[in-house]
Amino acid sequence: MKPYLSIEKLTQRFPDGAGGELTVFEDASFGVEKGEFVVILGHSGCGKSTIMNILAGLAEPTSGVVVMDGQAVRGPSLDRGVVFQNYSLLPWLTTLKNVTFGVAARYPDWSKAKVIDHATEFLAMVGLEGDVIHRKPSQLSGGMRQRVSIARAFANHPKLLLLDEPFGALDALTRGTIQDELLKIWGQMEQTVFMITHDIDEAILLADRILLMTNGPQARVAESVEITIPRPRNRTEIVEHPNYYAIRNHLVQFLGKRSKELAGQPTIAGETNRPETVRIDKTEPQDDPEDTQPALVAVNS
Amino acid sequence: MGQLSLNQRAALLSVLMLIVGLLLWEAAIPAQKAVEELTEYERLTGAGEAKAGVPPPSQVLAKAWEQLSDPFYDAGPNDKGIGIQIGYSIYRVLTGYLLAALVAIPFGFLIGMSQVACKAFNPFIQVLRPISPLAWMPLALFIIGDSEASAIFVIFICSIWPMLINTAFGVAGVREDWVNVARTHELGAIKTAFTVILPAAAPTIVTGMRISIGIAWLVIVAAEMLVGGTGIGYYVWNEWNNLDLTSVIFSILMIGVVGMLLDSAFGLLQRRVTYAE
Repeated sequence: MKPYLSIEKLTQRFPDGAGGELTVFEDASFGVEKGEFVVILGHSGCGKSTIMNILAGLAEPTSGVVVMDGQAVRGPSLDRGVVFQNYSLLPWLTTLKNVTFGVAARYPDWSKAKVIDHATEFLAMVGLEGDVIHRKPSQLSGGMRQRVSIARAFANHPKLLLLDEPFGALDALTRGTIQDELLKIWGQMEQTVFMITHDIDEAILLADRILLMTNGPQARVAESVEITIPRPRNRTEIVEHPNYYAIRNHLVQFLGKRSKELAGQPTIAGETNRPETVRIDKTEPQDDPEDTQPALVAVNS
Repeated sequence: MGQLSLNQRAALLSVLMLIVGLLLWEAAIPAQKAVEELTEYERLTGAGEAKAGVPPPSQVLAKAWEQLSDPFYDAGPNDKGIGIQIGYSIYRVLTGYLLAALVAIPFGFLIGMSQVACKAFNPFIQVLRPISPLAWMPLALFIIGDSEASAIFVIFICSIWPMLINTAFGVAGVREDWVNVARTHELGAIKTAFTVILPAAAPTIVTGMRISIGIAWLVIVAAEMLVGGTGIGYYVWNEWNNLDLTSVIFSILMIGVVGMLLDSAFGLLQRRVTYAE
């Protein structure tokens, strides 16, 4: 049984400008289940954004396929909504019109009033109500703009929502509030989400699973770390959870050391090259309770 | 003075400069001696004849009052009101200009969408653009064979370039993100062009249109001096031939006023389509 979204042997090569080729990543394969929130972590240059663009249909891979819900992804589609880092709101439209623009594209049969109601409802879900929705994006703060962008994406009920470092340009406090908004709206919608981030704490707060990429070039998705912290999560409570720092340390170690060590290893022909599943759970009964090391259960799938 | 706003103070200063300027101009024109004060000799040598000097502003104002109180009179081919003359000029400018916009904006759009087309057309645009529009006049007169249509053609050819270049530039510079928004929302080519690219490029396009209307109004005066018959340019030249400098100065001022009105109309349009990022 294939996962809902299946990325199979994705390879991206670019000409390196000196007559040769630069392999950004090779044979990347992983899956995302329906309703799952998957975050991809990795250093700049490992090709996260390229993977995102391929999933969005905005870029073509050199080889490999992306299959979603039994169909190969080809070109951009309303089934895959994207929230870009720089919000990508149309500055000449009001906040409301930026959302209705998307809703009208998604549901061309809807009446104008229905489109407006739907858009207003989703703007309210991210905390934008009243006069604010008639302002132009230039009159909104960065955080509010990203809320509009999130509302636009969720309002379209895409089969897959792609978030490309959505909070990268925001200050830490605003980022926290909008992460909460995102968790809230995601909890209500059972939306499948694939997100890029640089922020480890953000990844743990939001994700069901974190994919770790080795450094580029020739990057690969090395590990898939399950976040064994129950939902609903809350930023102040999760840090108290016994698994939090165990997972966090594992991620820090990977990004700090192992992403370099594992980098540039050419893939072995014939290997599936799927990421190693890592499950860290200190709440599970352990054979050796004295063991201070996080329980590492590596399963090669 | 402290209570006056910046605009009020500026307006006051403008009026002051106008009054001082007009007074200096008035004072600089030597008064003509009255006929009775002339000696017999002066009268015989014709020194008492009204000399065609630069008229003082009071005369120009009187002329303006006379002309503007009846702008649309028509007393034969060489004697029409200022309103009729300006009307002819505006008609020619707008006809040539609209034809140019109809060609330049869609064509500029296509060039802007394609890098190949942009590079391929660039050398032609660069050679044709610096040609003085009046240089086309002999060719236009020969090929078209009609002076009226030739004047419109000259307006067409001079207003096409800023609009073409600005449209292509504006369309080519539309942010990739906005195009990606259109793509991820599955908008078709036509819909993307009208709902994303056109509004995104509109400020640049309207800037081109504003430059073009300015150039067109500059050129129409010269073109009408050449083709003759009607229009504000012909009027200026005709009054020069009549040695009526009062009318010449009055019509120069009218050219300025109409040019300013045309420009501010596009200024309003520009303000409407401009957006803040």
